[in-house]
Amino acid sequence: MTDPSKDNASAQDQSELFTGGKRAQTVKGTPAKSMPAFTLGEDLAALADRDERIVVLTADLASANRTVEFRDRHPGRFFDFGIAEKNMVTAAAGMAASGQIPFAATFASFLGILAAEQIRTDCAYPNLPVRLVAHHSGISMGFYGTSHHALEDLSMMRTIAGLTVVSATDATLLRTIVAASLDHPGAIYMRLGRGRDPDVYERAPDGFAFGKAIRLREGSDLTIIATGAEVHPALQAADRLAADGISARVVDMHTISPLDGEAVAAAAAETGAILTVEEHNVTGGLGSAVAEILVDCDRVPFARHGVPDEFAPVGPPAALYAHYRLDAAGIAARARELLG
Amino acid sequence: MTDRPTAPETGKRARGRNVSHDYLADRARFVRKETVRLSRIAGAGHYSSTFSAAELFAALYYAHMRINPAEPKWPDRDRFVLSKGHAAIGLYPVLADLGYFDSALLDNYTRLGSPFGDHPDMKKVPGIDFSSGSLGHGLSVGVGMALAGRVQGRGYRVHVMLGDGELAEGQIWEAAMSAAHFRLGALVAIVDRNGLCIDGHTEEVMSVEPLEDRFAGFGWEVHRIDGHDFGQILSVLDGLPEAGEGRPQAIVADTVKGRGVAMMEGALNWHVGNLSDEDYDAVMAELDAGLKPARWEHSR
Repeated sequence: MTDPSKDNASAQDQSELFTGGKRAQTVKGTPAKSMPAFTLGEDLAALADRDERIVVLTADLASANRTVEFRDRHPGRFFDFGIAEKNMVTAAAGMAASGQIPFAATFASFLGILAAEQIRTDCAYPNLPVRLVAHHSGISMGFYGTSHHALEDLSMMRTIAGLTVVSATDATLLRTIVAASLDHPGAIYMRLGRGRDPDVYERAPDGFAFGKAIRLREGSDLTIIATGAEVHPALQAADRLAADGISARVVDMHTISPLDGEAVAAAAAETGAILTVEEHNVTGGLGSAVAEILVDCDRVPFARHGVPDEFAPVGPPAALYAHYRLDAAGIAARARELLG
Repeated sequence: MTDRPTAPETGKRARGRNVSHDYLADRARFVRKETVRLSRIAGAGHYSSTFSAAELFAALYYAHMRINPAEPKWPDRDRFVLSKGHAAIGLYPVLADLGYFDSALLDNYTRLGSPFGDHPDMKKVPGIDFSSGSLGHGLSVGVGMALAGRVQGRGYRVHVMLGDGELAEGQIWEAAMSAAHFRLGALVAIVDRNGLCIDGHTEEVMSVEPLEDRFAGFGWEVHRIDGHDFGQILSVLDGLPEAGEGRPQAIVADTVKGRGVAMMEGALNWHVGNLSDEDYDAVMAELDAGLKPARWEHSR
């Protein structure tokens, strides 16, 4: 277990949550080129200069999700609903039914979990272009505890028919997803980390499409299929495995629903073993979605790596990732176990 | 036997149309009779919650709302959100009558694959402005629609019909708070105050009064009327301020659940029911004869 007293970066992250602090931080062990804060607000503001359909809603978290930058540029198209997430989501649906493309942003725990019924009934069922921006997902809220963790949202959201569920791997992919969403007809649940996730992409990936996984690294001994904030440590894990002579393919499964079943089947056929990695309860999330594909494939070694079916303890985020072996060392170790 | 719908007018209709009360009463009777007819096709129906709203439906659609049945998605139309979605059985016939779709489609009401379920689906039924059924959501939908109207600079009004029982849902009051905060003068909440929810009288199950004080306390302008009296309904609708920035408007319409059929008026056992064949004919005859003085009035 990491010594919490040495985990200053994470503690600093947490204290700045509500103040909108943008000072770059370094996550221990991460050789990141940059540490992007949320770019959501400025990205949306720039898009909204040209697209009058865009409106932005939040629930008293404009600083935490940086939508303040949208508010400052487009005050007439920004609506803070206060601490009333259900009303925000349903009102977003009402706006979408009247021609707008609303981006409704708040903590994942208060969006995908608290407002799940509003997302299903008011956004997905009428197939309205509401963009549900669920940030600070997983255990990234660290010592705020279970009320602020979201380890169930992927599972809950991906069973909703017609709802696109996508994880933003880093700031670049978030920008790509947001731009691509403008021409997407139905509702989208966008799952974000805490906004300090290290860069995976130097530029927008070519040919991005919802439901089309991105193969980040070739390999022949196993495939690590990761999503969201776990893609970066999965790449680091692949480096460690390579040092041991293990060749790991790494797939960014940014879209959880609809899942890219072809990418899963190809991995099973071409590399054999598959390890899924997610910052989520292993019940019902990415690992379960992949298992649903593998049940129709020739049998291969397979493991779901994530948070076991329990409520996480409190702790600084980096300590929690280490606790659940969701860091590079832990993923590499889990891969070695899988390969026996 | 069903009323033959009058030949629908086509094109855009302005607010405050000059329509006689007799005509509106005939259309409210049509709503009730169609509800009885369609319930028989389904084998069950929300008779009484629809009967309480029959005059409100008639006044809104035949006299008040700015609509265009030839173009159901006309961006400048007034919106109607049926938050108490279980009364859709009374709304479908109105939409058919106005020409939104072929009324013959209703003959297959609720049968496998029908666009018409107990609760309305905006993707399947032209003229339905929002899907509903899960109570407590509609006022938030209205908030969003009114905000969109503001963003787009349109002068449409958004009417949301709420059941009184659903006022126990917390989301209603989130929406009420936000509507006043955003100064949504285009938003009109119409409470069908029929006094009953499924388990009994609202004031015994979960009291909703004092409604005028509650909406006023949330920053709304409140009107209280007899929801079966066309004079009062049209007077308050026609007197609404322009749909711009201002206080949202609440119309608490005192109604009688089951109004129009004596055995259903104020009766707890007709929230969902299914008339026997003998009763069916008697109820149709009673509806043909027109409204009698209400048998029961709930206390405020």
